[in-house]
Amino acid sequence: MAPVSSVVAGSAPRPPADSIGVLGWLRTRLFSSVLNSILTILCIGLLVWIVPPLIDWMILDAVWSAAPPEVCRAAEGACWALLHEKARLILFGRYPYVEQWRPLLAMTVLIVAIALSCNRNFWRPWLAGVWAGTLALFGLLMWGGVLGMTYVENTLWGGLPLTMILSVFGMVGSFPLAVALALGRRSRMPIIHALSVGYIELIRGVPLISVLFMASFMFPLFLPSGVKVDELLRAQVAIILFTAAYLAEVIRGGLQSIPRGQDESAKSLGLNYWQTTTMIVLPQALRAVIPPIVNTFISLFKDTSLVAIVSLFDLLGSLRLALADPLWRNYFIEGYVFVALIYFFFCFFMSKYSQYLESQLQTGHRP
Amino acid sequence: MINLAERRAASGPVIQMAGVNKWYGEFHVLKNINLEVRSGERVVVCGPSGSGKSTMIRCINRLEEHQKGRIVVDGIELIADLKQIDAVRREIGMVFQHFNLFPHMTVLENLTLAPMWVRNTPRKEAEDAAMAYLERVKIPEQAHKFPGQLSGGQQQRVAIARSLCMKPKIMLFDEPTSALDPEMIKEVLDVMIELAQGGMTMICVTHEMGFARTVADSMVFMDGGEIVEKAPPTEFFKNPKSERTKLFLSQILH
Repeated sequence: MAPVSSVVAGSAPRPPADSIGVLGWLRTRLFSSVLNSILTILCIGLLVWIVPPLIDWMILDAVWSAAPPEVCRAAEGACWALLHEKARLILFGRYPYVEQWRPLLAMTVLIVAIALSCNRNFWRPWLAGVWAGTLALFGLLMWGGVLGMTYVENTLWGGLPLTMILSVFGMVGSFPLAVALALGRRSRMPIIHALSVGYIELIRGVPLISVLFMASFMFPLFLPSGVKVDELLRAQVAIILFTAAYLAEVIRGGLQSIPRGQDESAKSLGLNYWQTTTMIVLPQALRAVIPPIVNTFISLFKDTSLVAIVSLFDLLGSLRLALADPLWRNYFIEGYVFVALIYFFFCFFMSKYSQYLESQLQTGHRP
Repeated sequence: MINLAERRAASGPVIQMAGVNKWYGEFHVLKNINLEVRSGERVVVCGPSGSGKSTMIRCINRLEEHQKGRIVVDGIELIADLKQIDAVRREIGMVFQHFNLFPHMTVLENLTLAPMWVRNTPRKEAEDAAMAYLERVKIPEQAHKFPGQLSGGQQQRVAIARSLCMKPKIMLFDEPTSALDPEMIKEVLDVMIELAQGGMTMICVTHEMGFARTVADSMVFMDGGEIVEKAPPTEFFKNPKSERTKLFLSQILH
């Protein structure tokens, strides 16, 4: 009789063949039980049912070239001709047509600055200079009025550059305010504590749309006549104030996750409150809440479309402008798919970047 | 050593606690604590858990506030003035049960942070000093790792080195070996013994009686928020005066 365990001399024992590799994966992930097998088959069926028609509509039967709407009406699939006709209106809104190279360039500059900032090795003082330059250049290109560029009022700004500037400023502006509010809410000084709690609870209890509405219509009533605050600026401030309240609670959660021992050992070394907060507590607290911070920022990015109610035309708003054309209004699905893809691209990027950042800042076990 | 003994005898108390009381709400944690520690003296504090040992030494660098009585450290009285508290804290090193290293900084950064920001030591100088202390606690090769990558014993030695980098006059140890695996206790105690033999003023809350016998100048036994007994170790272990001390010693010495 051969021994029961038939290990060949000279080779280490290996796991059974059906528990590793493709076969093992299929077994454990898709067919581990009767119920799982049924679910797997149902899902495959669902995909077979949905995907081929979708591909037909989006790709195979679609009108890809520039064509008049009549051609689209005859075709079975999607009418991407809409984008040939309206892409620039969707992307840049009411910005003067011949000057649209300027928002394009401004947006490119902004994207380059964002890309630079994503690299941790560039987190140096000069990056602040890069951002100052970027914003100056962005404003210069968008407003114009110098160097032979015609002046373009910011009520005419629209589309993707507007969405981007509202989001970028929203993030950059709300972040320090949120940190201050979170620290204030944990403060032992009663007035600072009460102000922070009051602010956070008040703003969180109100929808963004009403904050925008108040900023746009009620705020001017309180100003002396003749003083005018720019419409875009008012919307921007409203977004910053709104986001900061949510972000403050996220950051407070991070602060609470830091063990008291960290604070105590910093104090016992003689570090004062601000040194302890900026060098010991905040870096750990913020790292701990990267996922919910990015969550808030993704919300903010999409919520910028609410500025439509104060007659600013962000990406979604300018799509509505484009679809107001009676010749093309039947092809709204294609328009929304296009805009959705742009939103998705940005949000997906933020999500992936947050994962990258988390892994970069990982330094072994937490205390 | 002779010099040291002379110096000890000559100098007055560096820590003075007189009639110190503290309450947590209604609960009386510290009851009329009187304790004087001379420069260079090594004091070991023991007692059952909840007896107020940690609270007492945490009052010395004001991690806890006392409500009655006086605490004077190195000639500075601990009152609510933040400047004075910071000044006292600069002169007192503290080692905690759970190490409390900064997990987002490397070992070297942990050591140089306070010298650079509190004492304004130039980076190069702070790093050289830090490396010298890491040599002393025998882990210079770990300088560029993060605390999370070190064993408990190594982390506690880093914590001791981090305190020493501030060149403190007094070191407080709050159960420094209680969170360690048994095989790592010795490496930490060895560092503490070496430090004691170098003449550092130390107050150490610990249940390591072997360590206490080796280095302590005086033993303090606390129970129920009071100092029950203070005596040199030979007397303390041989002829404890109070019944409570006897009971405690019989429980921890097998």
